[in-house]
Amino acid sequence: MKALSPANEGYESGGGVWRFPADRPLRLDSGAALSPLEVAYRTYGRLNADRSNAVLVLHALTGDQYLASTHPVTGKPGWWTRVVGRGLPLDPDHHFIICANVLGGCMGTTGPSSTNPATGAPYGLAFPVITIPDMVRAQAMLVEALGIETLFAVVGTSLGGMQVLQWAADYPERIFSAICIAGAARHSAQNIAFHEVGRAAIMADPDWRGGAYEAAGVRPEKGLAVARMAAHITYLSEAALQRKFGRELQSDGLSWGFDTDFQVESYLRHQGTSFVDRFDANSYLYITRALDYFDLAAAYDGQLAGAFVAARDVRFCVLSFSSDWLYSTAESRHVVRALNAAGCRASFVEIETDKGHDAIFLEEPALDSALRGFLASAAEKRGLS
Amino acid sequence: MSGGMREDFREILRLTPAGARVLDVGCGEGDLLDLLTRERGVDGQGLEISADGVSACLARGLAVVQGDADHDLDSFPTRAFDVAILSKTLQQMRDPRHVVSELLRIADRAVVSFPNFGHWRVRWALLARGRMPETRTLPDPWWSTPNIHLCTLHDFLALTDDLGLRIEACAALSGGHPARFIHPRSVLENWRAEAALFVLRRD
Repeated sequence: MKALSPANEGYESGGGVWRFPADRPLRLDSGAALSPLEVAYRTYGRLNADRSNAVLVLHALTGDQYLASTHPVTGKPGWWTRVVGRGLPLDPDHHFIICANVLGGCMGTTGPSSTNPATGAPYGLAFPVITIPDMVRAQAMLVEALGIETLFAVVGTSLGGMQVLQWAADYPERIFSAICIAGAARHSAQNIAFHEVGRAAIMADPDWRGGAYEAAGVRPEKGLAVARMAAHITYLSEAALQRKFGRELQSDGLSWGFDTDFQVESYLRHQGTSFVDRFDANSYLYITRALDYFDLAAAYDGQLAGAFVAARDVRFCVLSFSSDWLYSTAESRHVVRALNAAGCRASFVEIETDKGHDAIFLEEPALDSALRGFLASAAEKRGLS
Repeated sequence: MSGGMREDFREILRLTPAGARVLDVGCGEGDLLDLLTRERGVDGQGLEISADGVSACLARGLAVVQGDADHDLDSFPTRAFDVAILSKTLQQMRDPRHVVSELLRIADRAVVSFPNFGHWRVRWALLARGRMPETRTLPDPWWSTPNIHLCTLHDFLALTDDLGLRIEACAALSGGHPARFIHPRSVLENWRAEAALFVLRRD
């Protein structure tokens, strides 16, 4: 599991933490200003002489900048080595690929575990509430700092897909094409409800300490693990769970107790406990809150098409998975209809799979071929070889 | 399809101005859109119900949305396109009248083709054999055909009259032969044409 696929070996071309000076604060939707802002990122491939081949990849809720390089905490390969690598749809031989840790995250970009300059201690709940537009604003600052005027493509999955739509609304002149995979233009009541379960689990953990756990030298690991377990169910389809585990038991018989009798229980517990090693509970609260607050149409009198009228020159590709019930095909269709209404050039396909939302990370040849076709034609129009 | 280009494609290609904004409804694997893009440099958009069809289109670099004419035409703004094409699928729509009227809301011109149920082979099958026709253009048995709203050339003509549409051109299509321009009101052509292609405008 530790070995990197050879396709990606040596492709990481740079990265680190971009620290914006104190006189360049990040202005937040809440009215607050965040300073200093730090954005942690990784790059793959080389920026060409025209600076026209940059691709910004936007990760999901618990993802990070380790797109196609070994994760420093888990030692596992990057989260999208299925798509990023030599000969793959996003190819470091052709593209300059940037992936940054999201605002509010816990892998180096400013978030609730960063040091609050006012106190010298971690922000905790003193960290301002952030939104998806805030996240995109921070990404735009990084892209500008890297000297890139126009991105060839902005590609996002899940939370990242929502950010792609926000990019199209806020910076249409700075993107040539946009790919939204398993995203949505708003969080539904069910989405918010599941997140509330996760947040309630974290806050119910006595080690959460009102968000000030770091100062106390503890971590709300139990609460965060439960949050992950509940969320993980939403990433899988019922069919996939049934296929993987059915009612299979861990051992020969029932324990007649509350041990992990069923394989699905063991799997979920493992998902929960391994998650706490690499994720911060307060980051989970802040990022899920940003997702819940997301409703792209709200700023356009409830008319989603309004968000895209300035993006008529952007080439859009929207992809959904048939068994994804977290951000379903209906949500993607809603986006596509708005793109049509705005007169945007859009492609959309629902990929037939029983793997649920998690199909983003799994073997899906139809996803690869859709990405490949869309990116190849965009590259031709962009004049990339 | 033998003999190279489909006869309706040839006509559509001829009728489409260079650089036009084109919507191809039911674009399949994108053969027509690809042809129009290469030969006419159109700004093309497709609508296709099957995921395999859309994937094939994406692989060819075409902009195609998975969806269907019955449900998705209403998302396009008025006069978004110069030409909207509905090639040999009108008879599969749930609400053909609505679809035709939508095509001419979102585009200045519509090119609609469909099999003619008035063709003599069809009439003969029903009259002589008393069975639902199975012909070259309508090959499926009644219980598995996707064609739920079949019409004759004159039925369609009545619909265009009803919707107040102007017929710019009408051609008879028969597999393999070049399209033949016809007078759509001709009684004879309602027997002769295997399939018909109409170029419509709002009056």
